[in-house]
Amino acid sequence: MSNAADEDLVPSGAPAIGHVATAAVDTSHGPILYLDDITVSFDGFKALDKLTLTVEEGELRCIIGPNGAGKTTMMDVITGKTRPDEGSAFFGQSIDLTRLTEPEIAHAGIGRKFQKPTVFENHTVFENLELAMKTDKRVRATLRSRLGQEDLDHISETLSTIDLFDAADQLAGLLSHGQKQWLEIGMLLMQEPRLLLLDEPVAGMTDEETAKTAELLHSLEGSRSIIVVEHDMEFIDEIARTVTVLHEGSVLAEGSMETIKADERVIEVYLGR
Amino acid sequence: MRYAPRSEPFFSRNAWIALGAFAMVTLVIVPALYVFVPEGDPFHVSAYTVTLAGKIMCYCIVAVAMNLIWGYAGILSLGHGVFFALGGYAFGMYLMRQIGREGQYQSDLPDFMVFLDWKAFPWQWTGSEHFLWAAALVVLAPGLLAFVFGVFAFRSRIKGVYFSIITQAMTFAFMLLFFRNDTGFGGNNGFTDFKRVLGFPITAPSTRAVLFALSAIALVGSLVLTRYLIRSKVGRVLTAIRDSESRLMFSGYNPLWYKLFVWTLSAVICGVAGALYVPQVGIINPSEMSPANSIEIAIWVAVGGRGTLLGPLLGASVVNGAKSFFTQSFPEYWLFFLGLMFILVTLFMPKGLTGLAARILGRFK
Repeated sequence: MSNAADEDLVPSGAPAIGHVATAAVDTSHGPILYLDDITVSFDGFKALDKLTLTVEEGELRCIIGPNGAGKTTMMDVITGKTRPDEGSAFFGQSIDLTRLTEPEIAHAGIGRKFQKPTVFENHTVFENLELAMKTDKRVRATLRSRLGQEDLDHISETLSTIDLFDAADQLAGLLSHGQKQWLEIGMLLMQEPRLLLLDEPVAGMTDEETAKTAELLHSLEGSRSIIVVEHDMEFIDEIARTVTVLHEGSVLAEGSMETIKADERVIEVYLGR
Repeated sequence: MRYAPRSEPFFSRNAWIALGAFAMVTLVIVPALYVFVPEGDPFHVSAYTVTLAGKIMCYCIVAVAMNLIWGYAGILSLGHGVFFALGGYAFGMYLMRQIGREGQYQSDLPDFMVFLDWKAFPWQWTGSEHFLWAAALVVLAPGLLAFVFGVFAFRSRIKGVYFSIITQAMTFAFMLLFFRNDTGFGGNNGFTDFKRVLGFPITAPSTRAVLFALSAIALVGSLVLTRYLIRSKVGRVLTAIRDSESRLMFSGYNPLWYKLFVWTLSAVICGVAGALYVPQVGIINPSEMSPANSIEIAIWVAVGGRGTLLGPLLGASVVNGAKSFFTQSFPEYWLFFLGLMFILVTLFMPKGLTGLAARILGRFK
């Protein structure tokens, strides 16, 4: 929280037109993310059907499932892009995600990486990180914004973490696919989120890059909660503690990788025989 | 390791030199040659040239404002003519009051009100005899309209071509509104026959020279403001809105306020340009709000080069220079030429004349 005015605000957040401001995440009694009976339908098609899911503080959760299982819709609900028809979504104990806008949710501490790497292509790598950095993001504060030594240290550190220090002055649009993925992850880190949503973070990466990404995620585990949606089973094997399988908009199975691999229904709909 | 960001100066050495030269020409040389060198002398600058150049500078300011919203934030407005005209009308009211009793009917009321058999000024004209109130209206009228329009449009997340279309509808609606005599702004004739501004005769060379110099100052001001904004983090947020608005939202920015800010600012700059334009040209009427006029503003920017500091100036000057030439020599071909120019620029010069110049210079290096 960067601003005194933020503290008076109710956790449920301001209406859509309000400035970005939210209360702190309260995880004193358990999970950081709590989805209960979420239903989303598009023209009668149920993209999510009574989906219930909880993610603990500091957990690294992998989510798999065939195309159309509702993985991306679930991320849309968590980040405020899609409003559920029914059910509730809470971030910590008190932040009702169904009532906040996308920037408010981002500000509250949920970062999202898109399936297709999405960075600001006409900005340099450095500027991308600068824009993402956690700070007061309202117009007046942004107009006066100057980078302090601490900010520079923070950005430099992230540049090293994502291995793009030497490319800091390059336009993001000129990076390779894998580098863009990393830049986007770096941008999430700059936001200092409590919960990271990663939609296919290793798609299009080389084996070496994939291994480094797994390493990076492991180093974050514990300090932040992470939800990874992936198709790359080797990668899941590498990083997973708990795996959730989605099918037709609800949870089909949940457990360790071994249990999942042995589950008859999962083999049926997803893994194949 | 610590990254050291490159620091770019506000203006490069060459830009300062160009700025100094521009100030010298517009604030000293041209006014002096116009006012003090007698007509007939080869060094005399004619009233026609000064008025034309002043007019084009006002158009340049509009182009700079358009570039701010379209070139940097990626929001194409096809209704910027309405903000320009509102600024013009706001100041025009003051100019009408300055006529006093020298109108055809020798009344306190402007001629068109006498003609309509009105006995008193309608409420819209309250305070319009005061220069300061008129100056405030120049900023308030376009600013308020843009803000209210922007709140509804941006909050509903209207984007791209849909936004452009409703801005066309807006300027068209205002044109129809101002065509009505009941609106109280002179109907289709608008305002004209101005006599003086702040007590000075409006056609006197010294008054014209001052208006010309003020236009130049406003133009430089709009450029400095643009440069300041674009160099700040707000500038980077604006281009981020243009390139990937959803990424920006998920990074914790609310694009609504940034759009509203730059949209309203752009409208206000247009209003100032309109207020400088009207006393120099001597007329303001609803045709300034015609949809075609607003489209032409977009063409200036496209021809000059979107998202560059000087492109809009180049575009507005070249297109208006060509317009003066064509409408005098081949009036019937002007619109064909304008259309052709727009198509050629869109197809072959995505970055306009500025991009073309950069490409040619690059080849020589």
